[in-house]
Amino acid sequence: MRFGDFTAVDAVDLALEAREVVGLLGANGAGKTTLIRLLLGLVRPTAGDVELFGAPPSVETRRRVGYVPQTLGLYEDLTVAENWAFVTVAFGSGRPPLPAGIVDLGDAVVGSLPLGIQRRVAFAAAFSHRPELLILDEPTSGVAPLGRARLWQDVRETAEGGAGVLVTTHNMEEAEQCDRLVVLVDGAVAAAGGVAEVIGDRTVIEVGGPQWRLAYEVLDAQGLSVQLHGDTLRVPGSAAQIEDLLAPSGLDVTVGEAPANLEEAFVEVVSARSARRDGTAVRP
Amino acid sequence: MSWGLDGVTVRLGGRKALDGVTVVVEPSSVAVLVGGDGSGKSTCLRAMVGLVRPSAGTVRRPPKQEVGYIPATAGLYPDLTVDENVSFAAGAFGLTGRALATRSGELLERIGLGDARHRLGGQLSGGMQRKLAVVMALLHRPTLLVLDEPTTGVDPVSRAEVWRLISGAAAGGAAVVVSTTYVDEGRRASSVTLLESGGVIGSGSPADIVAAVPGTVGVVRSAARPPGPAWRWGSAWRVWAPTGALPDGAEPRPPEFEDAVVIAALAAEAGP
Repeated sequence: MRFGDFTAVDAVDLALEAREVVGLLGANGAGKTTLIRLLLGLVRPTAGDVELFGAPPSVETRRRVGYVPQTLGLYEDLTVAENWAFVTVAFGSGRPPLPAGIVDLGDAVVGSLPLGIQRRVAFAAAFSHRPELLILDEPTSGVAPLGRARLWQDVRETAEGGAGVLVTTHNMEEAEQCDRLVVLVDGAVAAAGGVAEVIGDRTVIEVGGPQWRLAYEVLDAQGLSVQLHGDTLRVPGSAAQIEDLLAPSGLDVTVGEAPANLEEAFVEVVSARSARRDGTAVRP
Repeated sequence: MSWGLDGVTVRLGGRKALDGVTVVVEPSSVAVLVGGDGSGKSTCLRAMVGLVRPSAGTVRRPPKQEVGYIPATAGLYPDLTVDENVSFAAGAFGLTGRALATRSGELLERIGLGDARHRLGGQLSGGMQRKLAVVMALLHRPTLLVLDEPTTGVDPVSRAEVWRLISGAAAGGAAVVVSTTYVDEGRRASSVTLLESGGVIGSGSPADIVAAVPGTVGVVRSAARPPGPAWRWGSAWRVWAPTGALPDGAEPRPPEFEDAVVIAALAAEAGP
């Protein structure tokens, strides 16, 4: 998929099965939105195929897709009932009653509702025509933890009802709830699989002890991305390398190895890819 | 000397935006406020820097020139270049000339904005704007650094760069307080405050918050909703038995930080 001379999405293989929740991760500009546009049939690929339910995306396939954009896509000046009526008519799903979760909110103007509630309305509208593919862009941005858990309950129920769900997110907690992850870097798939597969056997080095602040200065001066967790530092690299860097200063610190978390693994995947593209080496 | 709020209540338009909130921010450490939109995070931080006046409680903060702050939106001038934004912020705190050039050069390089110094603030990506705002808030090495959602909508790579700046400020001795809607960022804190509807529903170190979970947490691997308090985690359910007796078919597991945060909200919703 190219825009002008810029290759936005390059030879991406992405298959989505029914009943499956797939998380699409990537830095800004990695191609997530272009992929969504391809699936919605809003742009066409320069090479390769996009196939939805066995055909190229079209108005017909669009009727079988549910989409919640990050901005929700609701009419803020209309009531919940008016939004619901508009969407259900547009999708030709008759005049179903408001679903249980929002039935009491019919007369409320959408723009006057808290964001978490607006999200529930947007979800209900996107689910209203029983889509076979559900596309959610940053679905729980700004939602409190309990509200997020409830929205995920709806997502899971939709998947268990037979739909495939594609979620884009910057939220690692949300990514960990997906059955499978696809990590996009510069428009190409850089890693894919379950959370454990994406993390693999990657590790980080933990540095702790009373002189962690001085250890931070030493490691930071080496250009390492040192991250503070409580009063422990987490830094990429090997234990031997970090010990060597810290040894000359004779600091009272402990150095140990710990499994990387998803965010750390993601950052490593992206840096490795970017380094290959730029032909430059990054420090591990 | 620690900073923060002690039993602070804030009324906005007749409504209690904060109700008896206490937040302690220690030097050389990071305090994180976790909550959704409308939970009171921004009001807490605004009270901390003196932008709203509490109707009850006390606020402890250093003199104004020792505070660094970014609001939840903006925090930079879109019509000024990156360099102009930086000099303007630095000038307000009396940082100029060579001292400014060295410090800003170093910080901008570190967050990958070294090549963007002549671009307009408004033309930067969302992630770059947040990174620039954070740099502007910590240029003058504040004693108290107050960051309102510095990583919302920011991709994980830029987020790590923002947290590198935050880590550096704390390692340099600053007391840092950060608000977020991302629960996993709470794990980075020395102390976490969980906010909901303007009140505190849990606080302490991430380990304290996990240890405070009453009863037992379990996993149920089926699509059917188990009885009692339960929420989805991946394709399975997590269940919480406040008194310790899990439903049939649930296998017990030690609660994680994310579980503890959901449980605090469930407990608050159920009432005292």
